[in-house]
Amino acid sequence: MSGRLRWRKFVSNFMLTLTGVCAFVSVAVLFFILGYLLFNGGTSVNWAFFTQLPKPVGEVGGGMANAIVGSAKLLLAASLFGVPVGFFGGIYLAEFSGTAVASVVRYAADLLNGVPSIVIGIFAYALVVLPFKHFSTLAGAFALGLMMIPITLRSTEEFLGAVPRMLREGAMALGASKWKTIKTVIVPAAYRGILTAILLALARVAGETAPLLFTAFGNRFWSQGWGQPTASLPVMIFTYAVAPYEDWHRQAWAAGLVLLGLILIINILARTILSRGIAVPRG
Amino acid sequence: MQASSNPGLSVNITATTGAAKENAASLPMRMKISKLNFFYGSKQILFDINMGIADKRVTALIGPSGCGKSTLLRILNRMHETVASSRLEGEVLLDQQNILTQDVTRLRRRVGMVFQRPNPFPKSIFDNVAYGPKINGFTGPIAEVVEKSLRNAALWEEVKDLLHKSAYELSGGQQQRLCIARALAVEPEVLLLDEPCSALDPISTAKIEELLVELKNLTTLAIVTHNMQQAARVSDFTAFVLTGQMIEFNPTPQLFTTPSDPRTEAYITGRFG
Repeated sequence: MSGRLRWRKFVSNFMLTLTGVCAFVSVAVLFFILGYLLFNGGTSVNWAFFTQLPKPVGEVGGGMANAIVGSAKLLLAASLFGVPVGFFGGIYLAEFSGTAVASVVRYAADLLNGVPSIVIGIFAYALVVLPFKHFSTLAGAFALGLMMIPITLRSTEEFLGAVPRMLREGAMALGASKWKTIKTVIVPAAYRGILTAILLALARVAGETAPLLFTAFGNRFWSQGWGQPTASLPVMIFTYAVAPYEDWHRQAWAAGLVLLGLILIINILARTILSRGIAVPRG
Repeated sequence: MQASSNPGLSVNITATTGAAKENAASLPMRMKISKLNFFYGSKQILFDINMGIADKRVTALIGPSGCGKSTLLRILNRMHETVASSRLEGEVLLDQQNILTQDVTRLRRRVGMVFQRPNPFPKSIFDNVAYGPKINGFTGPIAEVVEKSLRNAALWEEVKDLLHKSAYELSGGQQQRLCIARALAVEPEVLLLDEPCSALDPISTAKIEELLVELKNLTTLAIVTHNMQQAARVSDFTAFVLTGQMIEFNPTPQLFTTPSDPRTEAYITGRFG
């Protein structure tokens, strides 16, 4: 074997190993986090964790029922606000706006997506919390909903745009108006992709802490309503992790585990949706 | 002689060959195109087109790629409007009424279209056929319409037990017949076919050609094809289009046996295109 060929083989094997290791590392990180959470928080995830309120400092036990419900309420309200705005905006962008308008909106959406979440929090604070003079679930949901808009908008636009032109023409040639074509053919052909993207957006904001710090704030008890501050899992993790009590640390780990579990469930749900129904063939 | 020099009913009345005994001028015209000029932006695609689409007959448009024959067909149900910056001059009549001033969704219900590649919706076979009647407010027995349309498209026997399966489980040829059934379900007065067999194998193509001849009893057909033999087999009238101009428009047997323009002869004998 000539030296040159040997060198090539070496480079080939080296690069192959390198890419393989990188692929392994990216997967390993997830499993490492999951394992670490299980190790540290697994023992604290029990029935009480899901059903009880946090205990005062010094008392052992208690749970984060209020934070779990709080997170659920925040995500529900955030979706009710963020998803329709993003979805219909995406429809406008993909189907009705000119290319000039579309590129401006697209660019703005990408920028909004890149705005640090703490800045979104300050924005919601100034816009909702200050006028009403107290922290509230709705203010937190507003902040999270804002973060969902660009993801929903961009993915709606992309999935609608990916629907083959010939499907549109097929519907229009049967006498469907543009709006009817979108409603009965385009959106049904793209809905699985859009729904998946919405679920991923939901999973992303589910773990956001910064925007909630001065909007939904936090609560050691059950929230008194949508207009009142509420506990949430990410903020709970933050508060408990920085506190100087061993017991709280365990609770924080447990909350982290529950949160990650929740996000995993959402992801699996998204995948299941993607694999069901009639897919539009490519090309 | 160019068809464009013959305004009014532009079918030449010189059907002399045995197969073309019918007098073209006496046929009622479903659609009529006069002095049609068409532009994309500043580029002119069609020049001064005059022709008629005879009722309950098959009219074929032939010509080399890019000659404008598909564009001409798409104008007949105003599908050209889906592309921005198009401009049209002249007149297109359907039953003596200008199609360009009508409500476009109503027009497309009356003038259906089948495309180059089968484009069933990501729905079941049943829902594909039921789609047209449903969006057009049909409230009667939809299952009957679906069966009738599938029978008319010669697909019923093959799919009657699979009606609720995905349309994508059918073969390409079956999908194209499904698209024909879908178009027939709204009972169009004219059915436009834009190279409906170009993505299909010879057996599927033969089935569709057979079907087209059958469909003459139901509706008026206009077909674009790059396949001259196909035009010769299925059509009653053929228009030869070259670089946006109507070179010759005659009864099919005449155009293929005694073309009146040397360019037509050159094309059908395979000297170009």
